Amino acid sequence: MSASYGRIVKDGLWENNGVLCMLLGMCPTMAMTGTGTNGLGMGIATAVVMAASNLMVAMFRNYVTHEVRIPVYILIVAANVTFVDLAMNAWMHELYKVLGLFIPLIVSNCLPLARLEAFAAKEPVLPSLVDGTFMGLGFTFALTVIGLVREAIGQGTLFADAALLLGPWAKVMEMRIMPADWGILVLILPPGGFLIAGLLVVAKRMIDLASGKEIKMAGAHSV
Amino acid sequence: MSQAIRPTWVHATILGAFCAGFGVALALTDDITKAPIKERALEDKMNSLGQVIPRSIHDNNPVTDTVKLPNPKAGGHGAPAETDIYRATKDGQVVAVAYEYMASGGYGGPIRLMLGVAPDGKLLGVRVISHKETPGLGDKIEAAKNEWITRFTGLSLGNPPAEKWKVKKDGGQFDQFSGATITPRAVVSGIRQGLEFFAANSSRMMEKK
Repeated sequence: MSASYGRIVKDGLWENNGVLCMLLGMCPTMAMTGTGTNGLGMGIATAVVMAASNLMVAMFRNYVTHEVRIPVYILIVAANVTFVDLAMNAWMHELYKVLGLFIPLIVSNCLPLARLEAFAAKEPVLPSLVDGTFMGLGFTFALTVIGLVREAIGQGTLFADAALLLGPWAKVMEMRIMPADWGILVLILPPGGFLIAGLLVVAKRMIDLASGKEIKMAGAHSV
Repeated sequence: MSQAIRPTWVHATILGAFCAGFGVALALTDDITKAPIKERALEDKMNSLGQVIPRSIHDNNPVTDTVKLPNPKAGGHGAPAETDIYRATKDGQVVAVAYEYMASGGYGGPIRLMLGVAPDGKLLGVRVISHKETPGLGDKIEAAKNEWITRFTGLSLGNPPAEKWKVKKDGGQFDQFSGATITPRAVVSGIRQGLEFFAANSSRMMEKK
């Protein structure tokens, strides 16, 4: 089974997108998309964990027996999450104050585990690293878009507090597109996450249909 | 599966080896990050105290100069039995104290406040440390989102008089937010109770060590 890198990148970002196509990782998707900034931060942290976990599983794939692979995968994901959690707390503290509460949630995200089982357990190191990175970036993309839509309609801003996440230069990204007293509360609250994620799944399928593609009803196991 | 069935001990050894390996790696990471994390936590505390006690009026580190008092809100919502009173001193004289006070009655549970109070009972500053109020409505109590919370600076129990320590809707002098009355009401009464806590305990808060 030889994978082409272009294919892997395209699958991760769009065709087989973790959120918009496979509908995995819904817990952080709902919890962390109140604003575009939160979605972006959660997505990047998840992408780092996914790339590292995919890399490690691919490295060790010939030494792990089939029977104990799931506990070993969970161990690897949990260890990587802990590395990220501790390192961010120590050296990226401002970012940690925004995202810290949600980093441990990555352990319960089934998307990293799905990629380990469906891809990294069978493929060489480099393609696995690429798959983890781009599946993670696809996740970041989906979370950021959901977050932007929710915050634009819900509170009338784009990338609010981006400077907290990315540093002072990101002030230019922070925009207010609606008057200050604008607000449609339901979109900021949890139901808004379900509504917008659902609408985006529909949007993705409509785009795919319009470009003449067959709709892929993919599950986690199709590579 | 086509491959031969391996004895259990093989799987056990593999799993055990991974656990041991990652255990060591985690222990190392913890060891490396422990000191910086402790430093960051201390900085956070100093920053949050710095917002309620101006740095210019004291020459000590209030984070390390504390007295413990029984927590008036002990028991509810996981509040600890004792509360730390951080003391800012200049030339050994207490010039301000800061302490956490939990305001009850918020829309989404208790609201944790940090109050900085001068010896004469005047508020040097108040900040909301954490809350679960509705985003976009009740979260205007955060200093980062709205300047509302800064209006309490300089006030004390007698200024305004007790019957005016309420939101406007209840006949007091403090603004509520459009669409959110419960949150500011909880904060206003929390601050008033926090000041009463100071009035009742000020001698113990400021006694010399």
